[in-house]
Amino acid sequence: MLHRLQFTAKKLVRMALLLLGVSLTAFLLMDASPLDPLQTNVGQAALGAMSPDQVAKLEDYWGVNTPAAERYLGWLSSALRGDLGTSLLYRRPVLEVVGQRLGSSLWLLLFAWAASGALGLAFGLIAGTHRGRWPDRLIRGFCLTLSSTPSFWLALLLLMVFAVWLEVLPIGLSVPIGAAAESVTLAQRLRHALLPALTLSVTGLSNIALHTREKVADVLDSDYILFARARGEGHILRRHVLRNVALPALTLQFASIGEIIGGSVLVEQVFSYPGLGQAAVSAGLGGDMPLLLGITVATAALVFGGNLAADLLYGVIDPRIRRGAART
Amino acid sequence: MESILTVEQLSVSFTRYSRGLARTELSAVRDLSLTVEPGRVTALVGESGSGKSLLAHAILHLLPRNAQVSGTLLYDGAPLTRDRAETLRGREIALIPQGVTWLDPMMKVGPQVRRGRVDAASRARCREVLDRYGLGPQVEELYPFELSGGMARRVLIACAVMERPRLIVADEPTPGLDVRTAKRILGHFRELAEEGAGVLFITHDLELALTVAHKLVVLYEGQTVEELSPTRFRAGEGLAHPYTRALWHAIPENNFL
Repeated sequence: MLHRLQFTAKKLVRMALLLLGVSLTAFLLMDASPLDPLQTNVGQAALGAMSPDQVAKLEDYWGVNTPAAERYLGWLSSALRGDLGTSLLYRRPVLEVVGQRLGSSLWLLLFAWAASGALGLAFGLIAGTHRGRWPDRLIRGFCLTLSSTPSFWLALLLLMVFAVWLEVLPIGLSVPIGAAAESVTLAQRLRHALLPALTLSVTGLSNIALHTREKVADVLDSDYILFARARGEGHILRRHVLRNVALPALTLQFASIGEIIGGSVLVEQVFSYPGLGQAAVSAGLGGDMPLLLGITVATAALVFGGNLAADLLYGVIDPRIRRGAART
Repeated sequence: MESILTVEQLSVSFTRYSRGLARTELSAVRDLSLTVEPGRVTALVGESGSGKSLLAHAILHLLPRNAQVSGTLLYDGAPLTRDRAETLRGREIALIPQGVTWLDPMMKVGPQVRRGRVDAASRARCREVLDRYGLGPQVEELYPFELSGGMARRVLIACAVMERPRLIVADEPTPGLDVRTAKRILGHFRELAEEGAGVLFITHDLELALTVAHKLVVLYEGQTVEELSPTRFRAGEGLAHPYTRALWHAIPENNFL
């Protein structure tokens, strides 16, 4: 037990350092951005019509005149006290905005995560057990095509087919246009989430399927499968292959959280889906430093948490680690 | 004595694609003949790469798809076809493989020996065979990585005798073991033969083969070159083939020339 606590403690320290690094990098990138927050948010014409006094007030609001180091340290010291600041665009606390956006993205992310994992595992198993034959070639071709397709392009394609030509699914947003929030049904929400979730699951799928295929092939070539056959065992796939493929599949599944979140930025943009990814884009383009840092830190923590969960689960599930580590 | 396994002029070759679509035939075993009698240990001795393991895989019909097999395989007097091998393996014909990598790393020893069966009879039989090889109940709860080399070999033997096989094919079951443990494992083979099974013991270790076998078959470059009893071999009598003579001279007490 002690080794696992030590392991977790080490990981948490690493996480703190990671979040610090990520927030600093995001800040520096944003600071180096050539976009002028005043021009983007207020507009060239409106800015020209303002008095120097008003412009100075706005510059103060967007933090144009404060030195970079002072701004970052100011953000960091309040962030450490649990205050992530106020979003400049939404004029609400960053935590509130992130929470709300994450809430609407969560179902999308969860669906895409589960679907890409389940489908990827199934495809990988089918391809790996039919190596060199047509199901394998079909699945490999499909996966390679998908992984060389940009997700935003795929999103546009799906929109064209399902929303424009077939007109069976909505073109964007998370709820019907003009409907009151209380009157929106779950079915309507699902209908709106379907295309973005589909696009998003496809991005992680090919990676998981191809890796699983390799692992299945390795396992099928192993001595213990040969021995199982030599002993006339039935259910080799279930008894031996799945058991040995489950662990790497689990790692892949948790490692894919990063890809799914990264993919959601583009996909939500294409589908005008009001989630965390879209908020990240508007914060980045609009010079909303507190919101962007908040989103970056929150997603980095999510991705790190996913990897940490995989590491910890490995220790619980894999007997070689569980028993091996308990001995030393 | 009626033999349980007869191998006549067995040859195994592999088809490979080298350079584009040009196919090459790689012949690994040519003209291998031997018999295994019930109640006796037949040792097949040959150096690495002489095609020993291929014989074991050919008997069990476990060769890869690109292998071509010709010759005669008779089990209990009837041809050993693929269908027949598939019904017999694990029941009447058992393989004892080389080592711990032949056990599923993610499964405990007990379920592996029982092949996943959970009924009381299987459990009792599993307990019985493990006990016989000095492996207590706690071993059933171990994973393969927790076994020592000698324990792993005994677990593999226990796997083979679960079903009371009539033919046991042991493919190099001793490498990596110290001489005492290896002799102990070989003693188990002798016991199995005394109980009536035919044992085919495939090895590169001539001295170990001499200690356990009733009959010695020498394999050289994919063909059997000599078949004789260990006593005759020790005495250096009737060694017809130059390779067998070289083997005989390689034994220290025969002051090698």
